[in-house]
Amino acid sequence: MEQIRIPIGKSIEYVIDLITEHFSFATKAFSEVTETGIDILVDSMMFFPAWALIIAFTALAFFLSRRKGIALFTFIGLALIWNMGLWAPTVSTIALVLISTLIAMLIGLPLGVLSALNTTAYRIIMPILDVMQTMPAFVYLIPAIPFFGLGPVGAIFSTVIFAMPPAIRLTCLGIKQVPVELVEAADSFGSTRSQKLFKLQLPMATPTITAGINQTIMLALSMVVIAAMIGAKGLGGEVWKAIQRLEPDKGFEAGIAIVIVAIILDRIMQRAGASQKPA
Amino acid sequence: MAHIIEVKNLYKIFGSHPEKALALLKEGKSKDEILDLTGQGVGVADVSFHVEEGEILVIMGLSGSGKSTLVRCLNRLIEPSYGEILIDGTDVTRLNKEDLRILRQTRFGMVFQHFALFPRRTVVKNVEYGLEIQKVDPKKRQERALAALEQVGLKGWENSYPSQLSGGMQQRVGLARALALDPDIMLMDEAFSALDPLIRRDMQDELIKLQEKMHKTIIFISHDLDEALKLGDRIILMKDGYIVQEGTAEEILSNPATRYVEKFVEDVDISKVLTAETIMKNPIEIASYAHDGPKAALWKMNKAGISSIFVQHRGKLEGIVTAEAAAAALKSGEKNLAGIVDRDISKVPPETPANDLFALLAENSSPVAVVDSEEHLLGVIVKGTLLAALSEGGMNNGTD
Repeated sequence: MEQIRIPIGKSIEYVIDLITEHFSFATKAFSEVTETGIDILVDSMMFFPAWALIIAFTALAFFLSRRKGIALFTFIGLALIWNMGLWAPTVSTIALVLISTLIAMLIGLPLGVLSALNTTAYRIIMPILDVMQTMPAFVYLIPAIPFFGLGPVGAIFSTVIFAMPPAIRLTCLGIKQVPVELVEAADSFGSTRSQKLFKLQLPMATPTITAGINQTIMLALSMVVIAAMIGAKGLGGEVWKAIQRLEPDKGFEAGIAIVIVAIILDRIMQRAGASQKPA
Repeated sequence: MAHIIEVKNLYKIFGSHPEKALALLKEGKSKDEILDLTGQGVGVADVSFHVEEGEILVIMGLSGSGKSTLVRCLNRLIEPSYGEILIDGTDVTRLNKEDLRILRQTRFGMVFQHFALFPRRTVVKNVEYGLEIQKVDPKKRQERALAALEQVGLKGWENSYPSQLSGGMQQRVGLARALALDPDIMLMDEAFSALDPLIRRDMQDELIKLQEKMHKTIIFISHDLDEALKLGDRIILMKDGYIVQEGTAEEILSNPATRYVEKFVEDVDISKVLTAETIMKNPIEIASYAHDGPKAALWKMNKAGISSIFVQHRGKLEGIVTAEAAAAALKSGEKNLAGIVDRDISKVPPETPANDLFALLAENSSPVAVVDSEEHLLGVIVKGTLLAALSEGGMNNGTD
């Protein structure tokens, strides 16, 4: 007797095919725009000599974190990457991370606010987030290819999906954490919903939201590396090449460069979040 | 005085089927029974009362009695289930969102138990909040905020953050934030309960002082009877969502409506609350300055069994005559009381607290006269009457 199989995989494939067929004009257009954006960002960063960018990043790190230690680490770390000859892939990795994070925030923050203020939205969004976070990251790479083709845009697509949940979750949490009495106070003075949101809830939630963005950045970095498998360049691409050619030296160098970038981004974001607390 | 707020048969039932709870309430089931039977929580049940313009009305009860729910129903921070709330004749429960917002902006100022200050705003920005959302010009709103801060004695603290202030000061900010809008109704939800006792007393005094100038209508929630007695022109006592008694401090103390109220008032320091008016006895006999001589005065004293008698002249209290003085005058053949009236007597207005009477009665042996502003004699207090009143605890009847 033949086993009856519920066609879950087939149904999803059907949906993906449908989207590819009917909406490819949209995905392709998005692809064009994003790719141009990435190119401009990478080109303009590569336009400057590496040492100038390293100094600029160091200054930025100090400005955002107000810590000499972090600035020093940024300087030495980036100089080491440059020395290892990984400057160009590092720049493109940073560009991919920044763009993915930006898109994830643009979608994630409003969704977080929505799920905090609307119970129905909360009930719909939260289970989806659970699925998004537990699904193995590689799976997102598969629909990225038919939608956007091989290359950085597909990488960004899967990265955004993978990295967005913490931004949504922590925005929602931050807003829900605002004490009821404060919300009542704002209401008792006759605030509108948006006044309440912008004058009370979002400012109060900022540290939590910042923590969410920090996590999004870290997840984006890890996904951008994995996305090398579908043709994203950058440090992940170097690792991927090293695996295929069995070159442990190149592999570890690229790996170390990823760790350095991760530490720099994390420390800067943490300090930036902390410095926003009131005196 | 006009009734600025009129609440009629107000109910608040928490849960998705308030009609079930309402039916059971009307059958006389208790709050706990209804929770067991239907899962609906009764917050406020069949509450009707009014608030007069310019008075301080204290709503009192233990936690869970529905007092905080009730006050939040007034500006619909909590949506009432049934009933009417009329503010100057307009039914608040029927207002749409926009009108409700305007009502909240223009009529109500609210002060919260845990201050509810916005931690990321400076003191002055906190006080400005209400004006800010009304889009008042920044310069003007800062002016008004600073004036409100000065009113509550916080001048110079405007650029601090709430976390840098003590509890008492934080609540002053809370008070200023409500006052800056110049609302005519102030809702104060356990406003002083989170403060330590000394600061709390200061704040109560301050509120009374402010109220003398402002004449706002204040609805003050409290679980502390002493506070209620001190602040309230009238007091409403709540239990399990119902109003158990409503009245002035004295009415509640001297005539508790139920065992619950009685228990509540048991540990109040009665001497602080009783006034000369409640303690005094009617003068049994009064001598007339114009008609009575020593003989008539003595006769009246004998008849009433007292050792001294107050003398009135044209309806005004003239002084006191003791039995000894009257007897001496009688012997020396005097015909009127002019020579023996002691005009140096203790006179007190009717609202004098019992506490102040102790000292007066201790320092002179003659009774204290209670007089109104026209010097009419209203009543008499001797040591015995005061002690009797205190031992009765102001509760001559324990009717349930």
